[in-house]
Amino acid sequence: MVSLMGHSYMGDTGTFAHTTTGQVKEHSFYPYTDNGGSTLGITGSDFAILAGDTRSVSGFNINTRFAPKVFKIGGDDETGEGAHILLSVVGFAADGNALKERLDAVVKMYKYQHGKRMSVRACAQRLSTILYQKRFFPYYVHAILAGLDEEGKGVLYSYDPVGSYEREQCRAAGSAASLIMPFLDNQVNFKNQYIPGSGEGHALEQKKAEPLPRETVEQIVRDAFTSAVERHIEVGDGLQMAIITERGIEEVFTPLKKD
Amino acid sequence: MTDSCLKQLAARRIFQVEYAQEAVKQGSVVVGLVNKTHAVLVGLKRNAEELSSYQKKVIEIDSHMGIAIAGLASDARVLSNYMKQQSLGSRMTYGRPIPPDRIVSQIADRAQLNTQQYGKRPYGVGLLVAGVDEAGPHLFEFQPSGLTHEMLACAIGARSQMARTYLERNMDKFLNCSRDELITHGLRALKETLSQDKELTIDNTSVGIVGLAGEGAKGKFESFKLYEGQDTVPLLEAVEQSESGGNAGESMEVDS
Amino acid sequence: MNHLPEIWGRPRNDIYGSYNPSYLKTSGPITHTSSPTVTGTSVVAVKFNGGVAIAADKLASYGSLARFTDVKRLRVFANSSVVGFGGDVSDMQYIDRLLESIDIREHYSTHGNMLNAKNLLTYLSKVFYKRRSQFNPLWNHVLVAGFDGNGAPFLSSADLLGNTFSAPHMATGFGAHLAVPILRRLFPEERPIEDITKDNAVAALQECMKVLFYRDARSLDEYSIAVITKDGVEVKEDEKVQAQSWAFAEAIRGYGAQTA
Repeated sequence: MVSLMGHSYMGDTGTFAHTTTGQVKEHSFYPYTDNGGSTLGITGSDFAILAGDTRSVSGFNINTRFAPKVFKIGGDDETGEGAHILLSVVGFAADGNALKERLDAVVKMYKYQHGKRMSVRACAQRLSTILYQKRFFPYYVHAILAGLDEEGKGVLYSYDPVGSYEREQCRAAGSAASLIMPFLDNQVNFKNQYIPGSGEGHALEQKKAEPLPRETVEQIVRDAFTSAVERHIEVGDGLQMAIITERGIEEVFTPLKKD
Repeated sequence: MTDSCLKQLAARRIFQVEYAQEAVKQGSVVVGLVNKTHAVLVGLKRNAEELSSYQKKVIEIDSHMGIAIAGLASDARVLSNYMKQQSLGSRMTYGRPIPPDRIVSQIADRAQLNTQQYGKRPYGVGLLVAGVDEAGPHLFEFQPSGLTHEMLACAIGARSQMARTYLERNMDKFLNCSRDELITHGLRALKETLSQDKELTIDNTSVGIVGLAGEGAKGKFESFKLYEGQDTVPLLEAVEQSESGGNAGESMEVDS
Repeated sequence: MNHLPEIWGRPRNDIYGSYNPSYLKTSGPITHTSSPTVTGTSVVAVKFNGGVAIAADKLASYGSLARFTDVKRLRVFANSSVVGFGGDVSDMQYIDRLLESIDIREHYSTHGNMLNAKNLLTYLSKVFYKRRSQFNPLWNHVLVAGFDGNGAPFLSSADLLGNTFSAPHMATGFGAHLAVPILRRLFPEERPIEDITKDNAVAALQECMKVLFYRDARSLDEYSIAVITKDGVEVKEDEKVQAQSWAFAEAIRGYGAQTA
């Protein structure tokens, strides 16, 4: 017998015949879980809103009814006081947390090294590279970044798990994204809304999308979530809304159905 | 070990360290002091020449801690970057601000290593570290030798003896004073070190303060605040007022 | 006599053939834990007015074998926090050593160990997250009970993926299914924790441990219970499920004595 390994432990008797035939064993450890939930962001002319439900699930289990998904970035201390950027993460919560903390550290170091606050635009680009650095073991999250741009207008960037990103007016992410997004298309970007009497058939004129006032946007957010709660089992318990304006960040918590 | 090295140790002196300490003595003065609620750092900024910018004297490390430097600014930058990293690391792994005594002993260990290892040189900078933890505000002095002390008040750098004299004489006053009075005491100590033709101005004065938050505040700590340029105007005015007011006699006493 | 010590106690080659060291596997791919071996089951905990109570039974199972029956799964930290471990027991012991070294390091500081339960949870979640990211997980689900930085009662969980959650009452493993509904009935969410006394909390945990013993096949009627208050941690490690009643078992058809 010629051993391919160049040596044999057995001797020739084969008493201790080794029976580990080349069966490939599957790794049974899966490093991700889906913690459910949904987030949503909408911008206005001088504000941006990021919102998320506060339920956290594993399978059919509710882990907790209060796990915030929207975080302040660039705050001075644990309270988040002095922050000027918002980040929402939905998907795998541990990755979301790790991502949030990395971005927060980056924004903090930026301030130390340059003596000024990091712009939302720069932060958005940096977040993209952070995500892409883990292209082959991704942060399993859908992130949305919000803040105010250089002119004081609301900005919002949305990301896929590996870092491709885009500036948008509004975006829904997470398990109920497919329920909420069409609603936003219609209510924020006025898709399929036409100016009455502007024409017949294809001649009908699309209603032009314009930045909405804050009260309207807040109501749209509430409606989006109360509706999503009805149709998605992973969404519910509480609604966290963070509104960023030139005066700072306001945070509002309201209850959602707990069923 | 070389013969000269042994001689140095026999005399309990390491010349390299003494030269480094000389660099601290030549740096412009910084003063630090604490009371029951706050820790203050004040520094006199120098410009290398008339047309150049002023050198940084007080640096924020984290929201609960800052340092004031005397000596080689570039060495201080290396140390402060290290401290920022350590501080951020503590917040990351434990979710808590690093206790000031911890980080001071870490830089002390680093500095001591530089006095003992072949091919290395000591840091040519002295630091005053001001920070808060659960127990309250703290002030530490750090020397190139790796020696550290917790202090109630301290001054290092050129002509710092004058400031120390002020601090020693007024210590009982500032231990129980208010936040703003503590800054004023710091600035008055700094003023003592100035030569005849010099004044404290908004360009050459740096003030940093950190402490426990007052009643009704959101967090437990009042975040480190750095005053420079226009921000120092009210602080310098407070110094003038305290001198022209009832305390004038005392400042005379110090001068005598 | 054979004078080579490394041969002593080994089977003789001339009788048994040469030793087969292949299981030692000095080459080939690195392998990691892909499932736990000796495991502990649920940990249950409740917040009450002025503190937190936490309990875990003393069984360590090897699959379906009740392997060790005196395993302490509550770990006191700095007389102010308690970590309750579910999952792999050897990983628990490894984490215990990590906590031990942190405790020692902290005591060098002038003010002693200032790490609170919240700091501890942050640390543990980072350890778990790092290990899961290396595909070499520590197979545990832990509850951390104690106080946060503001002195309020703190209860939170961390699992092998690095996920963390917090709630007024929590349970890991089977307890998430069996104990949490009991706790929710006793302490509805609208009832503030200030209304719950220490005795309420302890009684609730005793009830949970009983139900778990009835329905969790990997559980034991002996358990540890710890109560954390401002005064420190009070641990009892010789508790037993009281007033057991197996009468309900008679009603289960298809098992036991009944034939139809």
